Amino acid sequence: MTEQKTHAIDMSSIANATQSNNEATDTCIKIDNLNLHYGEKQALFNVNMEMPRKKVTAYIGPSGCGKSTLLRSINRMNDLVDSAKIDGKILLNGEDIYDKSVNVADLRRRVGMVFQKPNPFPKSIYENVAYGLRIQGVNDRRTLDETVEKSLRGAALWDEVKDRLQDNALGMSGGQQQRLVIARAIAIEPEVMLLDEPASALDPISTLKIEELIHELKEKYTIVIVTHNMQQAARVSDYTAFMYMGELIEFGATNDLFTNPTKKQTEDYITGRYG
Amino acid sequence: MMIKEWFKSGSPWVWLNAAAVSTCIILVVGLLLLVAVRGLGHFWPADIIEYSYTEDGKQTFIVGELIDTSIMPAKMAKESGYTLKDNTDTLVQHLIKTGNRDISGMDFRWIQQQNIQSERHPDEMIAIERREWGNFYGRLVSVKENGKVIATGEKAWPVVQQRIEQALEIFEEIEYLQKKEIGAINHKLERLRLKQKSLELKGKWTDEAIKEQAQQKAELDKEYKGYEEQLAVLYKQIRRDSLVAKESTGTELEIPLESVVHVIRPNSMNVFTKIMQYFIKFGEFVSEDPREANTEGGIFPAIFGTVMMVMLMAVIVTPFGVIAAVYLREYAKQGFTTRLIRIAVNNLAGVPSIVYGVFGLGFFVYILGGNIDELFFPESAPAPVFGTPGLLWASLTLALLTLPVVIVSTEEGLSRVPKSIREGSLALGATKVETLWRTVLPMASPAMMTGLILAVARAAGEVAPLMLVGVVKLAPTLPLDGNFPFLHLDRKFMHLGFHIYDVGFQSPNVEAARPLVYATSLLLVMVIIGLNMFAISIRNNLREKFRALEGM
Repeated sequence: MTEQKTHAIDMSSIANATQSNNEATDTCIKIDNLNLHYGEKQALFNVNMEMPRKKVTAYIGPSGCGKSTLLRSINRMNDLVDSAKIDGKILLNGEDIYDKSVNVADLRRRVGMVFQKPNPFPKSIYENVAYGLRIQGVNDRRTLDETVEKSLRGAALWDEVKDRLQDNALGMSGGQQQRLVIARAIAIEPEVMLLDEPASALDPISTLKIEELIHELKEKYTIVIVTHNMQQAARVSDYTAFMYMGELIEFGATNDLFTNPTKKQTEDYITGRYG
Repeated sequence: MMIKEWFKSGSPWVWLNAAAVSTCIILVVGLLLLVAVRGLGHFWPADIIEYSYTEDGKQTFIVGELIDTSIMPAKMAKESGYTLKDNTDTLVQHLIKTGNRDISGMDFRWIQQQNIQSERHPDEMIAIERREWGNFYGRLVSVKENGKVIATGEKAWPVVQQRIEQALEIFEEIEYLQKKEIGAINHKLERLRLKQKSLELKGKWTDEAIKEQAQQKAELDKEYKGYEEQLAVLYKQIRRDSLVAKESTGTELEIPLESVVHVIRPNSMNVFTKIMQYFIKFGEFVSEDPREANTEGGIFPAIFGTVMMVMLMAVIVTPFGVIAAVYLREYAKQGFTTRLIRIAVNNLAGVPSIVYGVFGLGFFVYILGGNIDELFFPESAPAPVFGTPGLLWASLTLALLTLPVVIVSTEEGLSRVPKSIREGSLALGATKVETLWRTVLPMASPAMMTGLILAVARAAGEVAPLMLVGVVKLAPTLPLDGNFPFLHLDRKFMHLGFHIYDVGFQSPNVEAARPLVYATSLLLVMVIIGLNMFAISIRNNLREKFRALEGM
């Protein structure tokens, strides 16, 4: 299984460019035999996957297939669910994030997350972006100002909001709010960004903006995105994982997976026969 | 068929709802209106009427304010023993406030319309509001200075007005000296006495301490002497003048200006001066101490006590309620135990308030207060400090009474903070506590304020438990003053609710007390509305700030 995957990655690097050839072997997140139960019900079955650094990996699959659950395992958001039980390993830069010695808050600082629905805090735009820094105890005005500007620029929002940073974030449009949430996440400079259907609640134009943003962000961050929209997966991702009923069916370079799927289930799904 | 259609259209229910709502509104408005009219009318300077009246075949004059009129059917009147003149089917009676309690022994009387020969509104009639014996109605005869007449008849009136102004100024000075300065000295003397006792108890009552004490005491005594001399001078000044007035029957009465609050001639006042007088009287009612067993004067100590107690209660109940709710909702493992606790908390809200009073007296006052006294105030024994009902215990008892309301609404508020917001904060590396402090609690703050509003509304109107844990009919001092430690949590205080009960049911002078009951009720309602408005405006501000809840 693992060999097969490595093979797929090699294939992709040929398909992409020579530049990515070196990075392809640099694994950022490795998921090792992950099983997850919600009470009696098993939600993830023996998932194995290696996600390369500074690439976009997309999870696709029908509703309830476990792709969000898998995503939320990477920053231990599932810890919040009392009944969730996890075994297996997730290695971030070779360290097991489920190890007892890991500080969950630290981990979440390194693995940022953007949710399906924009969830800005009922505070000013400025305070939203500065939130993560304030939590780390940064209160120096200059540092905050710089970081807020940098992050808003990074999220392609600066020009739209620079004159109303003290306005309530809830007065923004949905698309702006989602980019604000992204700015909030990159303000604390994580290594990995997890995007849980970040564009599903947005209109097409906002969606386009988010997708452009993802292209820019991958130069600095390893990105994992969950999406319902296969076109979106094809457009933004370098690698795609197809999941079905809690199992990882197929994982490979996006071009390969969409043009030449090895499994029949994958083919059925991407050609729209079910799901 | 038509009727069926009509029922199906739902309009009967709409009508029913509208009827219910309008009934509520009418009841509330009617209640406020009744209380307002009855209470506020009391301050209006009414005309003084002189009735010439036949009583038992004799001709007399009755002078006073018309307070009330009652009409009784003739048959009933005859059965009650009234004698009616022929050809009348009703007995009309008027309630007259005649004042002059020191002369006639009563200041209200009923007179019958059929016996009234005539009524006049003589311009020269004066109404004197006195510090003792209630109002006086009659005619001004003369003004005296040091027992010598200086003005008589019509000339006396301007002199009286001027002299009274002087007298009132001196009176204020005397009040200030007595209450503030001499009060402070008494307070210091008492503290010295307690210090001596505590040193004696510790065995440190050495010669040096005795000397120091004696010196301090001598200083205070000297200060006191100085004030006493000042007082003597002032008393001499204020007792210099007096006025002589003639009552309706012709009896003359000398009234020292020292005991006069107002002299007015309502019959010769125009509407404007009457309105002025009205507001002066209302202002006095709100800002002054009560007199004459609470049936006259103001109710300021009661307003102050009520507000003070409610605020203290809010300060105590909010942190307790919020902490309990945060633990219950955010940290406790949801299960049988938490459900049991919630049921218990909800049931606490249904316990009759007098039971809380009994608990407060038994636990707070006797056990807690008694132990505090033993531990910290051994020098003041046998007089209790905290081991007796007082402001602190009243506030604590009411805090306990309103705790369920705050817990329930805070929990409600916490549960309405969306999961997505919490996750957003956690995903940025915040711990649970940081998320709570920075995001969840601020967002739940409008709900906490709602709880506090309900708590304040309930606490301000509560009387029964307070009677056991700290409210008194007449408190000599306010719980907040200029003497160290400024806020005296151990003092007893007055309360508007209890004041209504006291004036209405314990008063020796029912007729005089009745309008005060309404006026005090009105003020109680206004105080509660005021406190609520304050809390509501804070809540609305918070809501505006955290209106995220609506969209999610």
